[in-house]
Amino acid sequence: MAHSHNDHDHDHHDHHHEHGHHDHDHGSELSEIQRRVRALDTVLTEKGYIDPVAIDKIVEMYETRIGPHIGARVVARAWAEPAFKAALLADATKAIATLGIEQKVGDHLVAVENTPTTHNMIVCTLCSCYPWDVLGLPPVWYKSTPYRSRAVKEPRAVLADFGVTLPADIKIRVWDSTAETRFMVLPMRPSGTDGWSEERLAGLVTRDSMIGTGFAKPASEVSA
Amino acid sequence: MNGVHDLGGMDGFGKVVPEPETEPTFHAPWEGRVLAITRAMQMAGEWNIDVGRFGIERLPPHVYLAASYYEKWFLRTENLCVERGLVTREELAAGHSSGPGRPLVGKAVGAEDISATLYRPPFGRTPTSDPLFKVGDRVRAKNMHPHSHTRLPRFARGHVGVIERIQGCHVYPDAVVAAGKEDPQWLYTVTFDSRELWGEDADPTVEVSIEAFEPYLEVI
Repeated sequence: MAHSHNDHDHDHHDHHHEHGHHDHDHGSELSEIQRRVRALDTVLTEKGYIDPVAIDKIVEMYETRIGPHIGARVVARAWAEPAFKAALLADATKAIATLGIEQKVGDHLVAVENTPTTHNMIVCTLCSCYPWDVLGLPPVWYKSTPYRSRAVKEPRAVLADFGVTLPADIKIRVWDSTAETRFMVLPMRPSGTDGWSEERLAGLVTRDSMIGTGFAKPASEVSA
Repeated sequence: MNGVHDLGGMDGFGKVVPEPETEPTFHAPWEGRVLAITRAMQMAGEWNIDVGRFGIERLPPHVYLAASYYEKWFLRTENLCVERGLVTREELAAGHSSGPGRPLVGKAVGAEDISATLYRPPFGRTPTSDPLFKVGDRVRAKNMHPHSHTRLPRFARGHVGVIERIQGCHVYPDAVVAAGKEDPQWLYTVTFDSRELWGEDADPTVEVSIEAFEPYLEVI
């Protein structure tokens, strides 16, 4: 929604500034989108369709409870325990349920393994499907038109935008998330990490390495 | 529908701009409100994920391309609330309700229910028939162009791929939107050689898969 034009008629003179409202906008000038979100929020609340306390808690939950730290824990376990890795690749939802993570992972999560010969990348060309349960909400670039349009056609050029270069003979396998299956990449374990604890291994795992637009950090980047 | 949302293979959108992984979950407070309101209305039974997606796909192309992600979410949620008779444009313009609304399909999400809004509900269903295809089968993605919602991207249509995985029997998004029923269908991972999709100049080391419902596929 461009701010330079109006898609609907707006009435700016009767502008309410409710006190105690649950957003945190400062100053008296609201942007068009802020004003419209506030209007929808207020009308839905007044009609009893939404509970403002619940809405606040949902926002907080998305900010705090899910994120790539969950995926990093999963990857670290897979690196450390071959049996868990096999279970993860067979049925990621079921395998992750055994880790005792508070937030239950939805069905049909698929983990795909990077190897010395194959590099996996995840995209959603039609919208923004992403494994929220293990990676949190997707980054802006994942939902952007450049990534969604190009990942299936020129993945090497997309990787170059991330500063990532793959040898020319490595196969790239792109997974377009066009249904309710969700994908996460199991990145390759960096060398020089033998005997590391799972906690230390988890520190090597980046979000992008689990989408396939990056690698896990080299051992030298994580302190003992 | 053949909308601008079906982006795979399009040119001209420029470079991907990566963000540091320390970026905030929401870049402005209103984005979080939009996400939470949308989740709450969905949990209250007003629409499911497929109807919600189609709501975004139906935005006019120039709006879709100019809007940020959460602006699209907002416009979709606002439109669905109006279309479904929950609120009126007049109320939204005034910023206040002008009277009680109709009952929700389900129950309003209370603070005690919020954990469920994080959980992605299962879309697998008990199959009533055997899958038509097996792993390794060569199949063609149909040349189909429904005006309603579909999850078969244009770049795959008409092309031949291989069944790589059988993902089970799932709610069929096309039927949910067009007919208001789940009509579960077998779901497959179908893998295409990049040269099959993009021609002989394509990078031969690339393979692309889609998740394809059985009605999207035909025997070759």
